[in-house]
Amino acid sequence: MARRGDRGAARPGPALVPYLFLAPAIVLFTLFVLVPIGYTAYLSLHRVRVSGLGLGRGSRTQVFAGLDTYRQALGDPELWRGALRVLGYGALLVPTMLGLALLFALLLDRPRVRLARFSRISIFLPYAVPGVVASVLWGFLYLPALTPLPVPEGLLGPGLLFAVANIGLWGGVGFNMLVILTALRAVPPEVTESARLDGASELQIALRVKTPLVTPALIMAGLFTLIATLQVYTEPTTLAPLTNALPSTWTPLMKVYNDAFVRDDIHSAAATSVVLAAITLTFSLVFLRVVAGRAFAGERS
Amino acid sequence: MAAAPVRAARLPSLVLLVGAAYCLLPVAWVLVAATKTSSELFSTSTFVPGGALAGNIAELAAYRAGLFWRWAANSALYAGVGAALSAALSGLSGYALAKYSFPGRTVIFNVLLAGVLVPGVVLAVPQYLLLARMGLADTYASVLLPSIVSPFGIYLARVYSAAAVPDAVVESARTDGAGELRIFLRVALPMMVPGLVTVFLFQFVGIWNNFLLPYIMLGDDRKFPLTVGLVTMLKQGNSQPALYNLVITGALLSVLPLVALFLALQRYWRLDLMTGAVRG
Repeated sequence: MARRGDRGAARPGPALVPYLFLAPAIVLFTLFVLVPIGYTAYLSLHRVRVSGLGLGRGSRTQVFAGLDTYRQALGDPELWRGALRVLGYGALLVPTMLGLALLFALLLDRPRVRLARFSRISIFLPYAVPGVVASVLWGFLYLPALTPLPVPEGLLGPGLLFAVANIGLWGGVGFNMLVILTALRAVPPEVTESARLDGASELQIALRVKTPLVTPALIMAGLFTLIATLQVYTEPTTLAPLTNALPSTWTPLMKVYNDAFVRDDIHSAAATSVVLAAITLTFSLVFLRVVAGRAFAGERS
Repeated sequence: MAAAPVRAARLPSLVLLVGAAYCLLPVAWVLVAATKTSSELFSTSTFVPGGALAGNIAELAAYRAGLFWRWAANSALYAGVGAALSAALSGLSGYALAKYSFPGRTVIFNVLLAGVLVPGVVLAVPQYLLLARMGLADTYASVLLPSIVSPFGIYLARVYSAAAVPDAVVESARTDGAGELRIFLRVALPMMVPGLVTVFLFQFVGIWNNFLLPYIMLGDDRKFPLTVGLVTMLKQGNSQPALYNLVITGALLSVLPLVALFLALQRYWRLDLMTGAVRG
């Protein structure tokens, strides 16, 4: 800096540099994340007042509504039916996803497994398939007239939760498997080697030695799955044309879309959005605190 | 029991192969189904291929005067340009967060990361309303712009540059009188390339596979990416099942580029970056 002091004035001081480097990200983040969040909050506190017949300019005005919009949005039983469906979906998906991802990762990490590379690539492959396409493929595979599988009757009817959860599992299990496998590969070989010398079986090593060591990766996979679960949207929307059992308000997020663009009630959609965002954030934070807290407490003792 | 150590682990291998079969089954099915005409789809045995693949592709290409190819080109544009800009932005931001210490660093990083937790729909609806106000709704920009900032990409770039760019190298470039931007572009960036390829891949797949954002932003079907296009075709297929073979062929064609990209660049799927397990 000193050597080029004469040009120093044209250059931003070093203290400003990181802010300048971060400026594009901060501007875009503000425009496309923070401002929309603020705008949603604003909309959720307002409603449209229709005067006269509601025709012509000026007959529809936006007025402050306080929490009325929330009362109205939360009072809709369809929202709660949708929320229950998402809870059921999560109860099916999250344990299955984590269990299978952990199982596959532990098996791939085991010595003397045949065709491990083939299996690893095959199980990760669905990650490259768009949710829309995955839903189209499974949707057709669920149709009794088309499927080679012994699919149970009513999978696109009463069994819809299983049908949607299966698509989520198929698309995500490989990704989570790789997250856990990556953590397994970082376990020092001496640890498993000494357990093996002590006469532990591969099953015991997997359950007692490896699994506790990859708990942080498991938590990470759990958090990703949880966030994806609460945001489920693409799969049911794509399946909807194939069945009559899937209303356009099947999940709360679908209801938000429906309210905003079909019913043209952006205020109600905004109020529901705010509630959903708050729930998602709470779920994620509670999950991190409870699960991660337990894991790291275990580490210390 | 004595032979156990040399024997292949049969049960684990078998379980993994069952998992692989489960994951490959829909892909195998679409490969075969794309070779059938609409009527064969419902009449012939599932895994017996038909001879209509070329016919289906021709029919798909003719669908509304080549609209499908336009969707494919749009997907490539959204994903290619979006992921490239995203990787560049992530690189710059990640480097700044990793290599400088300045007031507000932790706050900025945490606020950016919290963006991961906000559900897509919650943002997409107000994003649409705001862009509509700016006159940008239903434009290419309305899909591209919100895709550029990736909290996840910035996180990966930060972890990677902390590990891959030695402080000593930055310091010596600084002693040689290089400007900060020049240090980033000429010294740090080349070292960060593998990590940024990873960011590019994640973003490319994310944007290519995104359905919600373009679904909300776009009204003109000539600007649709493949995902939105396929769903609109499927909705039409509801009233005319003759379109089903086109949807299936379209599904196959829209997966191929990603599978190719994915297999060709396998070594760049650096998931260790995510758990912060990289060591410099």
